[in-house]
Amino acid sequence: MIYREAGDFKTSYAADSQTFPIRLDRLGYYVILLVAFLVVPFVVNDYWANSVLLPFLIYSIAAIGLNILVGYCGQVSLGTGGFMAVGAYAVYKLMTAFPDVSIFFHVIIAGGITACVGVLFGLPSLRIKGFYLAVATLAAQFFLVWLFNRVPWFYNYSASGQITAHERTVFGIPVTGPETSAWAAYLFCLVFLVASAIIARNLTRGMVGRKWMAIRDMDIAAEIIGVDPLRAKLSAFAVSSFFIGISGALFFAVYLGAVEVGEAFGINKSFLVLFMIIIGGLGSIFGSFAGAAFLVLLPVFLKNVLVGTLGWPTDTAAHLELVIVGGLIIIFLIAEPHGLAQLWRLAKEKLRLWPFPY
Amino acid sequence: MLDDTEGYVTEDGRKIGGVVMEMKNITLRFGGVVAIKDISFDIREGEIRAIIGPNGAGKSSMLNVISGFYHPQEGEVWYKGKKRPGMRPYQVAQQGIARTFQNIALFEGMSVLDNVMTGRIRQMSTGMFAQALWKGKAEQEEVENRETVEKVIDFLEIQHIRKTPVGRLPYGLKKRVELARALAAEPSILLLDEPMAGMNVEEKEDMSRFILDVNDEFGTTIALIEHDMGVVMDLSDRVVVMDYGKKIGDGSPDEVRSNQAVIDAYLGVQHD
Repeated sequence: MIYREAGDFKTSYAADSQTFPIRLDRLGYYVILLVAFLVVPFVVNDYWANSVLLPFLIYSIAAIGLNILVGYCGQVSLGTGGFMAVGAYAVYKLMTAFPDVSIFFHVIIAGGITACVGVLFGLPSLRIKGFYLAVATLAAQFFLVWLFNRVPWFYNYSASGQITAHERTVFGIPVTGPETSAWAAYLFCLVFLVASAIIARNLTRGMVGRKWMAIRDMDIAAEIIGVDPLRAKLSAFAVSSFFIGISGALFFAVYLGAVEVGEAFGINKSFLVLFMIIIGGLGSIFGSFAGAAFLVLLPVFLKNVLVGTLGWPTDTAAHLELVIVGGLIIIFLIAEPHGLAQLWRLAKEKLRLWPFPY
Repeated sequence: MLDDTEGYVTEDGRKIGGVVMEMKNITLRFGGVVAIKDISFDIREGEIRAIIGPNGAGKSSMLNVISGFYHPQEGEVWYKGKKRPGMRPYQVAQQGIARTFQNIALFEGMSVLDNVMTGRIRQMSTGMFAQALWKGKAEQEEVENRETVEKVIDFLEIQHIRKTPVGRLPYGLKKRVELARALAAEPSILLLDEPMAGMNVEEKEDMSRFILDVNDEFGTTIALIEHDMGVVMDLSDRVVVMDYGKKIGDGSPDEVRSNQAVIDAYLGVQHD
């Protein structure tokens, strides 16, 4: 009864098309923002930041990016890992070439560079669809990883073939490198995540998003009512790759610190992010968050329960963890193919009427 | 024959303007099959123009030529006094030609409101960066266009399903939403491909009323394909009759009705 939309009248079309049309949702959003920005940085420690918060924030950005391409525009992509690698190597080259420019801009420019690469690999989408497009993006995945492995210019001819993030600061506080404190890394990623989510939401609730969804639902009809398929598809590739590039840059610079491309940005990463949006919900920004949270938290949770509480040996627990995660994904896809976002919507619809059944 | 520039006045007093679209000697072939053979006709501003014919006569192909989906091997399309160059369908739409489809082509995953808003694509030009910020021009444009869209939604009486995903709607309503999407574009020519296919009598009456109202209230030029002869004869100002890709009749409903070639095509003719 507390959560309801009755009596929450809209008097303007602007109010009707806002992000959270229901007042209580809006309040909840502000509370979460406040806690995320003002409470968490003071209580966060290294364990929480490194095993839960940073991966969640960074994967959420990647999931939002991939969701725009797959969930909103309907173009299946398996190149996420490769595009994250582009973001990582772009930020690495920028960091080492222009050490005086703020890392903040480096990350954004790395996103821009990834957007250009994404558009390039998005060109086949004008001719091919579905599984065939997935295979074409798979080629991007393998080509990009191969490129970063084989061309020494990308890793500045370092002997190990790895790239390593040196210390860079924002307002005098280090956000990359070994001296970084947990709260600084957390806040740096949080700012990018919040900005990405707001931009993604604004794009998807307006005409740009409608063009994408029109292409997804029926591309021929979309073209006949005036959607230019070339621009709609390539813009989806660009925006999607922009976010994925940013997440790759943060994944390397802030989270890992040192990266070997085949290991960090291999095909597994592409699948992981794809699972996130499928479990979270295709075509939903909230779903991107939910999916990222689910796949980041579940292994941590299982590990704590199996090793910490039950006292099993670590290797057995690690194997069982894979089995459980895999099983859950299958159960999930059968029980609720529209993902966590749909569960959330259903729960809210029930809550609106609670305690009455109708 | 009527003059190109001057219009005429219908029996019920509507003014019909000059020629807005002219098809000149259109021939369309798919491999060896000739779908349309040397057809010419015109569409005048403000009129309801019907294209009829038995199954496989080439009516839908004709509509696809007008909307730029098929490119005829021979012949020219003249639009607003200019010869139209080869165009992609979305460019044709941007010139103000909207259409509906024989088998509904709505965006099933989107709400009715979003579907109809998509029809406003021609009028909304905010770039991606402005829209990413959602302040100023982007929001203002969204609200202005929403007002127009709401008028269309009111007009077609689909207010109650505004926020419903289209996939959940019954057939008759989907047809109406599709008409709303085409109307939202404020087109200069509205092409309707069998707007009443699969409807019961009541739904047909509703749809006929909407078509007449649209024409009457907004002065929209309408070209439609329909199988229901009663509907066609009642609605349209002029009728083109096609059979086996050829034009066999053109004129007012009464003229067409008494045309021997048309009667033969519909009722069959005895070959001896």
